[in-house]
Amino acid sequence: MSYKGKFRVWRGDSEGGELKDYEVEVNEGEVVLDVIHRLQATQTPDMAVRWNCKAGKCGSCSAEINGMPKLMCMCRMNTFEEDEVVTVTPMRTFPVIRDLVTDVSFNYQKAREVPAFKPPADLKPGEYRMQQVDVERSQEFRKCIECFLCQDTCHVIRDHEENKESFSGPRFLMRVAELDMHPLDAADRQNAAQDQHGLGFCNITKCCTEVCPEHIKITDNALIPMKERVADRKYDPIVWLGNKIRRRPA
Amino acid sequence: MATGVDSPGRAQIGLKTARSDRWWLAPLRIGVILLFFVVYATIRIFMNKWYWVDEFHYLTPLYSPCVTSSCVEGSSHLGTWFGDFPRFVPFSLITFVILAGFRGTCYYYRKAGYRSLFFAPAACAVPEPHKTYTGERKFPLVALNLHRYFFYGALVFGLLNVYDGVQAFHGKDGGFGIGLGTVIIWVNLVCLWLYTLSCHACRHIVGGRLKNFSKHPLRYRYWTFVSKLNPKHGTFAMTSLFTVILTDFYIMALAAGWFSDLRIIN
Repeated sequence: MSYKGKFRVWRGDSEGGELKDYEVEVNEGEVVLDVIHRLQATQTPDMAVRWNCKAGKCGSCSAEINGMPKLMCMCRMNTFEEDEVVTVTPMRTFPVIRDLVTDVSFNYQKAREVPAFKPPADLKPGEYRMQQVDVERSQEFRKCIECFLCQDTCHVIRDHEENKESFSGPRFLMRVAELDMHPLDAADRQNAAQDQHGLGFCNITKCCTEVCPEHIKITDNALIPMKERVADRKYDPIVWLGNKIRRRPA
Repeated sequence: MATGVDSPGRAQIGLKTARSDRWWLAPLRIGVILLFFVVYATIRIFMNKWYWVDEFHYLTPLYSPCVTSSCVEGSSHLGTWFGDFPRFVPFSLITFVILAGFRGTCYYYRKAGYRSLFFAPAACAVPEPHKTYTGERKFPLVALNLHRYFFYGALVFGLLNVYDGVQAFHGKDGGFGIGLGTVIIWVNLVCLWLYTLSCHACRHIVGGRLKNFSKHPLRYRYWTFVSKLNPKHGTFAMTSLFTVILTDFYIMALAAGWFSDLRIIN
């Protein structure tokens, strides 16, 4: 069953742009990306849209649909009423390149600022041994497809451009947590999380978790545990004293 | 210079938010509930009366433990630690500080408060009204990192509430008895313990801080148990908020003589 869907799509570039109205055919079982492709094929051949797998696994087609950060390929058209106007805009936290395509290089910069896994000095490659129970907690975070929707929705940088320098965002704080929970990682992640990656900016309002297409519990399983680990290291005098007495690392 | 979603280089869409759903409803609802609880609790702790039903040994959780010499006879289970407080000082002050501190620093209530009361942000992808934002890095918000100490306090008060719950099996003739008040007190106890044990600080303390679960199998089991409760922490937080109010109101009504307890046994 087909109908004419009402779409409002942002067209423009970093110099300016506007929301333009379109009527596009919508067929049963389609997702927003299908309709955007049809719009591109039939009415706006110059419209820029980034996409790749159409299966919610590459993280390319991130955009904002009716104001909510979503993957266009995972947003079903049957979640809207037939007479509802569907507004599609680019992610609003990153600089726009053109139409629905944004420059997400901020995220690559932040990724480079997280030091890689650091094994203990007395272990050589091939000698790493660990048990499944020790690594399965952080395996949840490996599901991340780097769509950067969590970065897009995080108000710390979305609403405050000036915080971009000192805040890495939920995706990379999750990466720090993943490494800190790794049984063989020997780097100091806790001080770095607070001092270099800006964990203290996070006020755990859980928008990152709400928009994650992989349903990773970013706040509950990565950011809050990391905040507690930082509290151990920096804010808890009893834990600090206990570690001093027993002469063991926190 | 424009900032936020209107920052130079970003798509100039001309709308603060393009959300078309009723995004304001959830923060409004939670905000009303939180404000109601704050007003109710403030009034109740300054009342300094109607917290103990001597006939059935019901003590409201808002006044447990009652440890000043101003407490009515029979309500001081733990004895009298302090003399009379001045009239304007609530004699449930310690209870209030610990329990309000536990909820005030709780990760769930932080989310609820930031969204509903401070609009930081009110909802996802909805701009916050504040010009600057420093998060929880500076005083006083950096003190929220002390949540674990309030958790320890809440554990102690939880045990005291269990003691109060056992005392509430008190019949008219002095022997064993169960009334609607006893049931309400125990429902509240279950909700309070679910809320306390599902706490993120609890999850961290029992095992979350470890790097190697395999070396600590018992703590791993504790952590696994708390991890099952933790996803419902917000539900437990709000449910226990209502049950505390209900329990307190019921005991206040009995103590004030507004109605009498419905007795099931004795």
